[in-house]
Amino acid sequence: MTYLAKSPWIVHYNGSSCNGCDIEILAALTPVFDVERFGIINTGNPKHADILLVTGSVNSQNREPLKNVYDQIPDPKVVVAIGICATSGGIFRECYNVYGGTDTTIPVDVYVPGCAARPESIIDGVVKALGILEEKRKKIQEKAGEPLKAGGAV
Amino acid sequence: MIPEYLMPVVTAILYIVLAPLLGGLICGIDRKVTARMQGRVGPPILQPFYDVAKLFEKENPVVTVAQNAYVLSYLVFMAVAGALFFAGNDMLLVIFAFTLSHIFLVLGAYSSYSPYSHVGAERELLQIIAYEPMIILTAVGMYMVTKSFFVSAIATSGIPIIFYLPGVFIGYLMVLTIKLRKSPFDLSTSHHAHQEIVKGVTTDFAGPNLAKIEIAHWYEYVFLLGVIWLFFAWSPLIAIVVIVVAYFVEILIDNTFARVKWQLMLRSSWIIAGMLGLVNLGVLYYLKLVVPS
Amino acid sequence: MIDLSFLIAFPALVALLMLLISGQKLRSALVIATAAVLGLASIALLFLNWDKNTVLVNFPFEPATEVMLVIEVLLAIWILYLGVKHRKWLTFFLMFVQAGLLVWFETSYSIHIERGFNLFIDQFSLIMALIIGIIGSLICVYALGYMETYHHHHKEIKDRRKLFFFTLFVFLSAMFGLVFSNNLLWVFFFWEITTICSFVLIGYAKTEEATNNAFLALSMNLLGGVAFIAAIVYLTNLDPNLLHLDTLLASGQAVALVPAVLISFAGITKAALMPFSSWLVGAMVAPTPVSALLHSSTMVKAGVYIIVKFAPILTGTTEGLIIAMVGGITFLLASFMAISQNNAKKVLAYSTIANLGLIVACAGVGTYNLMWVAILLIVFHAIAKSLLFLCVGTVEHRIGSRNIEDMGGLIVRMPKIAIMMFIGMAGMFLAPFGMVISKWAAIEAFITAPFGLIFIAILAFGGSATVFFWSKWMGKIISVMRDQKVVEGTVAKEKWASLYILTGLVVVVCFAFPLISSLLIEPYVLNIYGHTTRLAQANLTIMIMMLCLLMITPLSMLFYRKKPAAIAPPYMAGRPTPTHMSFAGSLGVTREVVLSNYYLPRFFGEERLFMAGTALCWGLLLIAGTLLAGVIL
Repeated sequence: MTYLAKSPWIVHYNGSSCNGCDIEILAALTPVFDVERFGIINTGNPKHADILLVTGSVNSQNREPLKNVYDQIPDPKVVVAIGICATSGGIFRECYNVYGGTDTTIPVDVYVPGCAARPESIIDGVVKALGILEEKRKKIQEKAGEPLKAGGAV
Repeated sequence: MIPEYLMPVVTAILYIVLAPLLGGLICGIDRKVTARMQGRVGPPILQPFYDVAKLFEKENPVVTVAQNAYVLSYLVFMAVAGALFFAGNDMLLVIFAFTLSHIFLVLGAYSSYSPYSHVGAERELLQIIAYEPMIILTAVGMYMVTKSFFVSAIATSGIPIIFYLPGVFIGYLMVLTIKLRKSPFDLSTSHHAHQEIVKGVTTDFAGPNLAKIEIAHWYEYVFLLGVIWLFFAWSPLIAIVVIVVAYFVEILIDNTFARVKWQLMLRSSWIIAGMLGLVNLGVLYYLKLVVPS
Repeated sequence: MIDLSFLIAFPALVALLMLLISGQKLRSALVIATAAVLGLASIALLFLNWDKNTVLVNFPFEPATEVMLVIEVLLAIWILYLGVKHRKWLTFFLMFVQAGLLVWFETSYSIHIERGFNLFIDQFSLIMALIIGIIGSLICVYALGYMETYHHHHKEIKDRRKLFFFTLFVFLSAMFGLVFSNNLLWVFFFWEITTICSFVLIGYAKTEEATNNAFLALSMNLLGGVAFIAAIVYLTNLDPNLLHLDTLLASGQAVALVPAVLISFAGITKAALMPFSSWLVGAMVAPTPVSALLHSSTMVKAGVYIIVKFAPILTGTTEGLIIAMVGGITFLLASFMAISQNNAKKVLAYSTIANLGLIVACAGVGTYNLMWVAILLIVFHAIAKSLLFLCVGTVEHRIGSRNIEDMGGLIVRMPKIAIMMFIGMAGMFLAPFGMVISKWAAIEAFITAPFGLIFIAILAFGGSATVFFWSKWMGKIISVMRDQKVVEGTVAKEKWASLYILTGLVVVVCFAFPLISSLLIEPYVLNIYGHTTRLAQANLTIMIMMLCLLMITPLSMLFYRKKPAAIAPPYMAGRPTPTHMSFAGSLGVTREVVLSNYYLPRFFGEERLFMAGTALCWGLLLIAGTLLAGVIL
């Protein structure tokens, strides 16, 4: 039994998004979708988070901060790229200053395409990320050579 | 039967074991009620336990190793303060231990050189000076009514303390809002989905350290509500009803007020402590002089 | 009793030697030897006298009183000369009044005074002697290294170290004299000597600021001196035998109230309570050992010592209550003002003023349990505060600043000093250390005292302010900035020795305080009031347990150190943070992160609060004066 899946806290990073996807993420927190039902909390601090939601493409301005935010999330962690810009760079892909999607900078686990991505698909993406999160936790524990049990990584 | 002299030890141990469970449960109910007030379904009642269990599963990155010691001390002394309270010890001693534990949290926040946790630490200190006078006056008020600082004596005095200390009680509820980290006074850090300066004092704590802070907070919950109990200790039934109502009112305030600036918090809590608390005590003092019992 | 006279005479002799010695090595040897002798002698005094109540002693040198008069007149002439030279007319005037009164008094009355016992020792003066003998000598040893560095840093200041150490040892001698004298004339003589020592030492640097502040301190203390001598004249008119402290204290409120209030006024000036607090703040221009010795642990304690002595007389009177109110207001406002200061020595000065105010508040109300608290406060405060002063002095020489904002990351730069400062500060405001024990006892004592509620409110609000300014300073010291160099390597050996011993004392006294209380303070209080007080046994056990717990938690560091920890940079809103904590600002500018504490000047600004406090306390003192005039007439 593991608790990661029961309490996934997210941190949301807006790379260079047009705010379309960001509004959809926030919509997921509203009473209509109410993701806190699943224990999901939007933390605003990478050190408290488990899941990184990235919107918008990666350019030379936001590349370092994105990497920094990713590094500050304690393991195990997963990255969900939200919206077409975050998955591939979208219509900005060919811009002179754009590197492309999120995966040009940090490893991405789940891609949620859409312009903008719909709240349902965002929630779907996060739920999918939970499975990956659990796998990562197992891997980390096996690596540390500890027996597989919850609460082992104190 | 447990012999009389062992009772304090037993209650202290019961507190140390049960308070986190009770505190976590209260926290879960709090979140559920909050969600319902906002027209949401809300998380399961046990959600706080899931959160803490999850945090223990995570890695423990620190800015400096000393952070671990500060957080551990925060948790330990919070538990000690509450245990002393439930073992029936001197109220003032309990308050000093309580302050000590908070200083450790503040020091932990200071020890990382991050602007966010720094501001959080300063604000936490402001909160401490905002609530401490009122809490001391509460203890003093209970002494004036029951002639003892010892929690055990106050709890078993059989005197309806609330009738003597209505002003102090209202003042205490006011600082309870600060202590429970509820809006409008959740300046230094806040609860669940609330945000303030990326969670202030807790900014640079992650994983297990954050979990320990949360558990310490559960201990704090039970201790603070225990003080309400003292006001109504002569009748346990009323005490429980009042605790439930008081907590509900705190949640309501949390959901209907916007966060204020620290100036307003400091002013209002000092004025309330001064007006309600001191005037209440002054009247009591005067009556005692005029009407010798 | 040879020991008492020895403690008074020996430092005076060493002081004369200090004037002759100019080599640093010889001076060090002599100072260290003297410190050892004084420390051991005061401990010996403890072992010889701890089980006795008041013991009266005769000073073996018969014409001592006449010698004192001559010295006093000579000093007065010197001060009058300086007053004219620096055009300090207030000082000149006060000295003139005081010297005039003294000479007139001596020439017209002295023949009538019967010779009685001039010296005494009881548990309280034993405690004071231990403070002077142990802490005072440690500070003198520390001063050796400090003054060396001081003159190294301040080439523009003339090296007058001979005078400096001369004055220090004269001062120690005078302090011993003050706490052992039974004759009020003698107390007054030593009182004046400490005032003048303080004057000389504050003005040591001879800069304009130092000279002005020295004269400010002098004139305020002389004002107190005038009140003191007025008390002496009043008493002599009544009955010359009352000039002996033991007879005076035994004579009861009706007789002793007027001199008690006058002398308490002198005590208020010496302890730098509210209308006179500015001299102590100004005195911080003096070299740090002076601040530690005179302006926190001993000389200002003489002011509260004499008020505590008179507490049984003051208790229950309106005048006593007014003096207590002055103390209480000082405690509250000085604690607030300390919040707004970023100069470390000023924070220490305000905290000192605040604690002296608290002691006076206890003594002014003067019930038996409050006297117990007052003495306890004197002990704890002397140790913790002198340690803090010495730490700040050391830090100042290493980092070149006494600004708290420059002390960030001290735990990395000067780990040992930082830990000592940490312990000293914990001693000042955290449970279960000394000052909190006293504050706690004070609340429990005030609650049964008349008008105690006012003082409890003052303690509740002032106490929380104390928590604020100490914790933010602590936070500054322990905030970890990486890439800092350790700079404490060159601190002199003598300094380390003093610092280690004082740090040890802060902790040891917390463990030993039940012993100190039951062996010295409780018998003393019992002797005066017929009953005494203490903390409940159960609470003591818990305090000791908490202290142990507090010692254990740092040990958890060892455990955490062993585990490989994932070190993350502090959160900077996603900005990549290199070790020197800078970030890219707009237009390609690199900015460094600078964090500063809250000082809340609009709430706790020095000027406004000082004005309010001065007005309030002058008002209270005038009321007391009017009442007193009513009694006399």
